[in-house]
Amino acid sequence: MSATTTLTLTGARVIDPATGRDEIANIVVDGERIAAVGDDSAGLRLDCDGLVISPGLVDLHVHLREPGGEDAETVASGTAAAALGGFTAVCPMANTEPVADHAAVIEQVKQLAVAAGRCDVHPVGAITQHLAGERLAELGAMAAVGVRCFSDDGIPVGSAQVLRRAMAYARTWDAIICNHAEDPALVAGGTANEGGVAARLGLPGRPHEAEEVMIARDLLLAEGLGARLHIPHVSTARAVELIREAKQRGVRVTAEATPHHFTLTEDLAGDFDAVYRVNPPLRTAADVRAIRAGLAEGTLDAIATDHAPHAPEHKEQEWGHAPPGMVGLETALAVTLTELVFPERGEPTLTLPQAVRALSTAPARSRDIDGHGGPLEPGAPANLCVFDPQAQWTVQPGVLVSRSHNTPFAGRTLRGRVVHTLLRGRFTVHDGELTDEADPDDGDGEPAVSGNLHHTGLGPVAQPPPAGPTPAEPGATASAPHASIAGQERAGG
Amino acid sequence: MITHLLSMEDLDAEQIGHILDTAEGFRDIALRPVKKVPTLRGRTVCNLFYEDSTRTRTSFELAAKRLSADTLNFSAKGSSVSKGESLKDTAQTLEAMGVDAIVIRHEQSGAAQTLTRFVQARVLNAGDGWHQHPTQALLDLFTVREHVGRLAGLNVAVVGDVLHSRVARSVVQGFATMGANVTVCGPPTLVPASAPSWGCEVTYDLDGLLARTDVLYLLRVQRERMTEQFFPSSREYARIWGVGRDRLARLPDEAVVLHPGPMNRGVEVTAEVADAPNALITAQVTNGIAVRMSCLYLMLGGEQAAPAEPVTQATTAEEVAAR
Repeated sequence: MSATTTLTLTGARVIDPATGRDEIANIVVDGERIAAVGDDSAGLRLDCDGLVISPGLVDLHVHLREPGGEDAETVASGTAAAALGGFTAVCPMANTEPVADHAAVIEQVKQLAVAAGRCDVHPVGAITQHLAGERLAELGAMAAVGVRCFSDDGIPVGSAQVLRRAMAYARTWDAIICNHAEDPALVAGGTANEGGVAARLGLPGRPHEAEEVMIARDLLLAEGLGARLHIPHVSTARAVELIREAKQRGVRVTAEATPHHFTLTEDLAGDFDAVYRVNPPLRTAADVRAIRAGLAEGTLDAIATDHAPHAPEHKEQEWGHAPPGMVGLETALAVTLTELVFPERGEPTLTLPQAVRALSTAPARSRDIDGHGGPLEPGAPANLCVFDPQAQWTVQPGVLVSRSHNTPFAGRTLRGRVVHTLLRGRFTVHDGELTDEADPDDGDGEPAVSGNLHHTGLGPVAQPPPAGPTPAEPGATASAPHASIAGQERAGG
Repeated sequence: MITHLLSMEDLDAEQIGHILDTAEGFRDIALRPVKKVPTLRGRTVCNLFYEDSTRTRTSFELAAKRLSADTLNFSAKGSSVSKGESLKDTAQTLEAMGVDAIVIRHEQSGAAQTLTRFVQARVLNAGDGWHQHPTQALLDLFTVREHVGRLAGLNVAVVGDVLHSRVARSVVQGFATMGANVTVCGPPTLVPASAPSWGCEVTYDLDGLLARTDVLYLLRVQRERMTEQFFPSSREYARIWGVGRDRLARLPDEAVVLHPGPMNRGVEVTAEVADAPNALITAQVTNGIAVRMSCLYLMLGGEQAAPAEPVTQATTAEEVAAR
């Protein structure tokens, strides 16, 4: 990288929940850091009129599949998807092959991410060796390389004793325990929410009580120890109540909700299309309402994707044979804006600042991820998400940058598009397209990624966007706005 | 008339009636010295069986053969499936060979519907997981109509392991669609709480049900449900929900007893009941062939001449048989 470049993002609505700022302002980026927020301007100007600038988004729960599952995703392709989704930090889960139950795998994943250069990763370490739920993994070795959260991912630690010991032991570093909340015996063999839909379809059920008894147990254990607990992908109404009560008692608990759990319901199992199979399963409309209410009141701190790529040959199977999970990095912001902030019908669930808090500030704080989630102030790393809250686009699975296309939102028209993502002052996404710093799919012979967003209305820099709802006019004043994207030939420059 | 036959939910009373009427024509073919009609000559029907099944596979094979279709049997065991081939690849391989219809039996609910996404061929669900077994329900409806003379208004009791039974879902919906009053009965652990949404009532009290039952439909209770703690022992199951001589005697005189087989004699049904004069279990098997001929005919042959014609104008089986 050449000499430090100064750039001003001008005229955007800056939303920074960490400081409470929500106003039209310029952000001056000098090298890796924010130099000023306000009326100042310096260096190259990039017109962001009509756009929103927020801290880069932070995802507490993703699967990057590497090592071991590179047919479905790699660290490079997954972090490219993250960047296109506006994320600057993601937390990949430990269920790789080999399992991230020792420092070497953690280091490997971090190095792959550094090499790809598109998004910070903060790997989650396993609680138990081989995710077997029996013997503790060497949490200390992983903590020493920066791990702040431990989880056996989709495999719940069934033994209350093992989980309690892990919680107690993790207090050495005040680290966080995250336990998949479904009682293993109650969900054994289950593939869909237990209830009328599953009964009619002859699908073995996963009762909501399985989630609730596990959360209740884990909350009690954490409360007794003063341990930090994070509850992943909350999906039932009663679970939200349990967490609310625990927070009122002062339990050190945080919780996340996924876009699919706050938008989709169990009825989607009706055609046995395994793209809708996920754990915990899609629940009822009442549960969706409760999850939304939980986000609105802050009982559920964060929106996390549980981005779970699966290769087509695995998802195009019989419902019961297909692995559970959905991709989500490239749609999370837009689904949140479309469903929660700007719903076509009904009252909004979240204000725009609340949505930014749930997608960025709250997850960063809940996992001690410094430098992300704001505050956007002089001296802070320039980790930024610049998005157009008006622009509409249609989800086309085939053009997702993730190696896997198992999105439950295929064909949906969503509102809200990421225009730029900056990681420490460097554009990872510019004008809706990945910058060509790295090729996320190197090795498989496919052409370098082109943005899903490229097809959806925002033209290249030199061409003003067509008349329409988008007020973005990124072309006029931008000219090779940063040294790091100098490789991109831009006609407007 | 039918593109795919996946679930009894897809059929209305008129369609079911037409399938049964058509089956009547085919039933008589079995009584002739030459048990064959040329209806599906040149068509190919594949039995794609991922689960062991003697009676259903044989019944479909005979049905297709009596319609002069070419048949091939593809069972998962000892085939490319046991080498890890996916349903999609297997299905597309079969289709590439020119198969017109695939009869699929699979241990996974929804597999038949999943198959329709992979092939152009007609798909007939011969049992998928716990989900549906529509030809079983159709042959049961046919058998009851044949012996009792009607379906509407009958009181039908479906007893046993409803939760894990594809037969239960199909039979309950089939009888309910035809205007019967259906009650499901069994241990609460084996009856889904949402069963009333299938158009039936639920009771756990078999003895209270018997005196007002016209059709007693006993479901197979697999012994492994006992080890899974759905009930404590097969002896206790038999005592509370099994049907033996005493309970048989408390049925109305004209009541009939059905069972889809294979039976667990001594659990849900005793030998005396299975062999009783009003048990229609053998008739169910016999009628299975005619009903499956009817389904294959309506899926593959009926609309060949006039694809756009509505159901009621389709050529009757009797006319076809007479050709």
